[in-house]
Amino acid sequence: MLTVIVFVPLTAALLLFVLPRRTPAAVIRGVWVTTTAGLTAAVAGLWAGYDPAGGMQYETRARWMPGVGAGYHVGVDGLSLPMIALTCVLFLACAVYAWREERRIRGFAALFLFLETTCLGLFVSLDLILFFVFFDLSIVGMYFVIAGWGHRDRARAALMFFLYTFLGSLALLLGFIGLYLAASPHTFDMVDLAAADPPAGRAGLVLLAVGGGLAVKTPTVPFHTWLPLAHTEAPAAGSAILAGVLLKMGTYGFLRIAMPLLPDAWLRYATVLVVIGVVSVLYGALVALAQSDFKRMIAYTSVNHMGYIVLAVGAAAATAGTGHRAQSLAVTGAVTQMVSHGLLTGALFLLAGSLYERGRTYDMAAYSGIAGRAPVLTGLTVVAAFASLGLPGFSGFIAEFQIFTGSFGTRPLATALSVLGILLTAGLFLRALQKIFLGPLRLPDGPGTPRPFGDLRAHESTAVVPLLALAVVVGVLPRLLLDVVEPASRAVLLELPAR
Amino acid sequence: MSDALLVLVLLPPAVGVSLLTAGRRADRAAAPVAVTVMLAVAGLALTVASGRPAVRVPFLAGMPAELSVDGLSAVLCLTVTAVTLLVLAHSAVEFGRDESRSRFFGLMLLFAGSMLLTVTAATLPVLLMGWEVMGATSWALIGFRWRDPERTEAANTAFLTTRTADLGLYLAAGAALAADPTGTLALRDLPGAGEPWRSVMTAGMITAALGKSAQLPFSFWLSRAMAGPSPVSALLHSAAMVVAGAYLLLRVHPLLEASAWGVPVVAWAGALTAVVLGLVALAQTDLKQLLAASSCAQIGFMVLAAGTGAPTGGALQLVAHAAAKSLLFLIAGAWLTALGTRTLTGLSGAARRYPAVGALFTVGALTLAGLPPLPLWGAKDLVLASVFEASPALYAAGLAAAMVSALYSVKALWFVWQPVPTTAGGRGDGHSGTRRVPGRALPPLAVLASACVASSVLAFDPARAAFTRVLGSAPQPAPNTWELVAGAVLVVGAAGLAWAWGRRWAALPATAGAAFLGRWLRLEDAARLAVTGPVLAAARAAARFDDRVLDRAVRGAGRGAYELARWTDRRLETALTSAVSAVASACRSLGRAARRPQTGQLHQYLAQAVAAFTVLALVFLLVK
Repeated sequence: MLTVIVFVPLTAALLLFVLPRRTPAAVIRGVWVTTTAGLTAAVAGLWAGYDPAGGMQYETRARWMPGVGAGYHVGVDGLSLPMIALTCVLFLACAVYAWREERRIRGFAALFLFLETTCLGLFVSLDLILFFVFFDLSIVGMYFVIAGWGHRDRARAALMFFLYTFLGSLALLLGFIGLYLAASPHTFDMVDLAAADPPAGRAGLVLLAVGGGLAVKTPTVPFHTWLPLAHTEAPAAGSAILAGVLLKMGTYGFLRIAMPLLPDAWLRYATVLVVIGVVSVLYGALVALAQSDFKRMIAYTSVNHMGYIVLAVGAAAATAGTGHRAQSLAVTGAVTQMVSHGLLTGALFLLAGSLYERGRTYDMAAYSGIAGRAPVLTGLTVVAAFASLGLPGFSGFIAEFQIFTGSFGTRPLATALSVLGILLTAGLFLRALQKIFLGPLRLPDGPGTPRPFGDLRAHESTAVVPLLALAVVVGVLPRLLLDVVEPASRAVLLELPAR
Repeated sequence: MSDALLVLVLLPPAVGVSLLTAGRRADRAAAPVAVTVMLAVAGLALTVASGRPAVRVPFLAGMPAELSVDGLSAVLCLTVTAVTLLVLAHSAVEFGRDESRSRFFGLMLLFAGSMLLTVTAATLPVLLMGWEVMGATSWALIGFRWRDPERTEAANTAFLTTRTADLGLYLAAGAALAADPTGTLALRDLPGAGEPWRSVMTAGMITAALGKSAQLPFSFWLSRAMAGPSPVSALLHSAAMVVAGAYLLLRVHPLLEASAWGVPVVAWAGALTAVVLGLVALAQTDLKQLLAASSCAQIGFMVLAAGTGAPTGGALQLVAHAAAKSLLFLIAGAWLTALGTRTLTGLSGAARRYPAVGALFTVGALTLAGLPPLPLWGAKDLVLASVFEASPALYAAGLAAAMVSALYSVKALWFVWQPVPTTAGGRGDGHSGTRRVPGRALPPLAVLASACVASSVLAFDPARAAFTRVLGSAPQPAPNTWELVAGAVLVVGAAGLAWAWGRRWAALPATAGAAFLGRWLRLEDAARLAVTGPVLAAARAAARFDDRVLDRAVRGAGRGAYELARWTDRRLETALTSAVSAVASACRSLGRAARRPQTGQLHQYLAQAVAAFTVLALVFLLVK
């Protein structure tokens, strides 16, 4: 079942290339949207059939490279199921959003379908090598998206993105090999590794390698500098996937690999994680506040939002004792934040893309008062911005409230500092809204002005509205998500040794 | 019954969001729909106020979302729904036909829902949800006329200031869980927490409440909020948002008492605000600004009541102030529409021009002045009765604040009852108004005015005892006769003085002190200087560091790797190549040397053999 879900998009991508060269674009778009929509439906079915108390489900295990102890092992639990659902929803949104994409639509669609396979594959992987393969392939796929369909400076941005994150993945591989060597019998299987004794002695170094690799992908300060450039140059749909899904690979890795497989080292170095988390929260928000480029600003808010996750997983490790309630709350908050950030930042990047398409610039100073011309674009951006700054009623609040409440007891100072982050994000979003959308009307000058500045078209709002609607569903009826996540976050914490 | 409570908090936001989504298509239907919904909600509020239901639904792990209605919540629910209903009914007539009415009425409904959620919340997460959504809708309502940058900036100031204070609630939630890891974050459990968490909670709650209620030092946001439409002020800045802080402090009074320092801090914050913002109100030349500053000052009494444990007096102050201030804001808005100005000098004679409105304004202003027997007189004495024993200084501050209320209220009254100026045409703000106040806008105002008068009885037994019973609070000290008389004399005296001074208000000396008060103690400038400026500077510094250090370091590392490669290419590769070539040429010359003896001539080979054997023989001899 999972295998089918993972490889259907790849098959569809291959099918697109088999189609005769003169196939009309409408057919290609149709295949793309149908595939992603079908997958979303399939994952909804998966979710319906999932038993929250049942641990790992839909498992498949097959021989792959027995010589090196790597197998094909996939399955889902409460950590991966929300990620899979998020992936499907975001890829569907991007397929709908790209309905009017004219440039080499066949390659674009095929690349996104290929990316979807790598993302789904990564989130269901229960084998380190399999995880690594999907991790690297996703980098390759995104490289081509940026290099092929990006804006002016795309070549440089794509190269920087590729080299930086590829370097991170090499550190990750080094760490995986460390895990492999420490286990006896040697294996790359995550479930077996979790059951075996955690590596002693070199565990700190292994955690450094794994954590470093994941930190580049997440990204945390100071490894984030590839992010703003990649985002400003990537096409809107590429940015939405990059921020919405690819960044989650880093934080997901923390919860899936680093924490359960290296529990002792995790506990020992939890303070480092907490510090990195707080620094990312505050630094990301501050740098975002100083941006004049709308998309770059959103990119930096990602650093801020990912910082909360790192803080939460660090604080969750800090103590055992008095039950696991607060820690479990923090971990659940971290997973909720991944989903929430995926939905909201995905929506924001798509909206930023729509803004760019109309004004041909991301410079906030070039716009003013476009609420009069584009009320729907304005309304949706206002909603997405307020959701992203953690307004209750949206998923961001559920995530951040759990993270703060769960972390405060063990890390009061760090949590008190990072709470300031939600004030900074409020400031920067309000400032951006005021500059671009409110005030007297002014449209960017440039070649071809005055150009028509229309409101969102049907395909754009069809892509964005469901993302925001889902954020509201999670924000108002959080049990729908938390029922699945909570048992899994408790299970993750059980791996940690009690002090 | 518990369904009624759920519908009460969910119906207004649901309809509000629908109106917002429908956009301008719903402009015509918006007002009737909103008023109908609020009528239904008022019915529900009556139901829950008598039934006192509680609802509990699963929310976060071990933290259910809990709503419950007790006496205090019931009073708040009724006040909020009644004022919302009247304000919307008034706005249905007054609010511009060509403005986006669906947005206005939708946001007002959303706001009302979040306020109702706040006052019925029994657990911290739910309280925080209502609390923050209230702030966001307030942003959208203050910046309702978004084409004017000054208004949107005012909206940003209001939202960011209140959110700064709201952070206290986030920390309080964290502290509550840290103190009781198995707790449900129910508000009633908070006082039982151990130190240091209890102090963290107390500090967080107090900060959040002072921010929302525009108490010192956060008051300046309310001044900026006057950029919003008047009906917004009539609801948010009289009966709802700004009293939420006072409500919260009344609600968590047991927590304040449990932590030793909470009570005096809250009491003094309230008393100081009541005096100082009263003086600020006195120094205003703009009616809405005067009313805003007086909101801070009057809420100061509620905060004082929360600090000293006088819920009856505090709640009465809250209800009566809501009615009076809402009435005054609506009239200020109506006059702004009719006369095109809100400055006090511009409003000279406004009451004579529109006598019915003027009479209603007089009721509101006299209530606000705290003149006997109107309700704010009795309420203040109820609050102060419990203060006298504890702290005479606090009592004196309260009396002073009551006198200042009389001064600024009568000052406003004096202006509007001046003879109608002879020069016709719009004055003050430079644009002329519509010159009419529609008759259909009056009934809601009349209801508010009668509420002001009617609530007077609540200050005295037996109504007071019944009110205390409804609130479910312990009996509190009642004012002595001499206290009542002394209070009345002081207030009436101050009011008489204010009227007698009349003309001097018009020519207020432009002293530095008056200007300082007129600009709300320059609190906003101070906040910009102390907070906004440094934060923006830090942001720019961080961005520069990001570009010039971090990014450059990464690029430098990349360039370094490239340079290393080029160096390897140029130096190492050349060296290696030349070493290999050297080996090759050495081999070649060796080969050439080896070829030389091979001449093909026998005698030369013989000579070579002799020489070789001689060498061998010598070696043999030497080694032997």
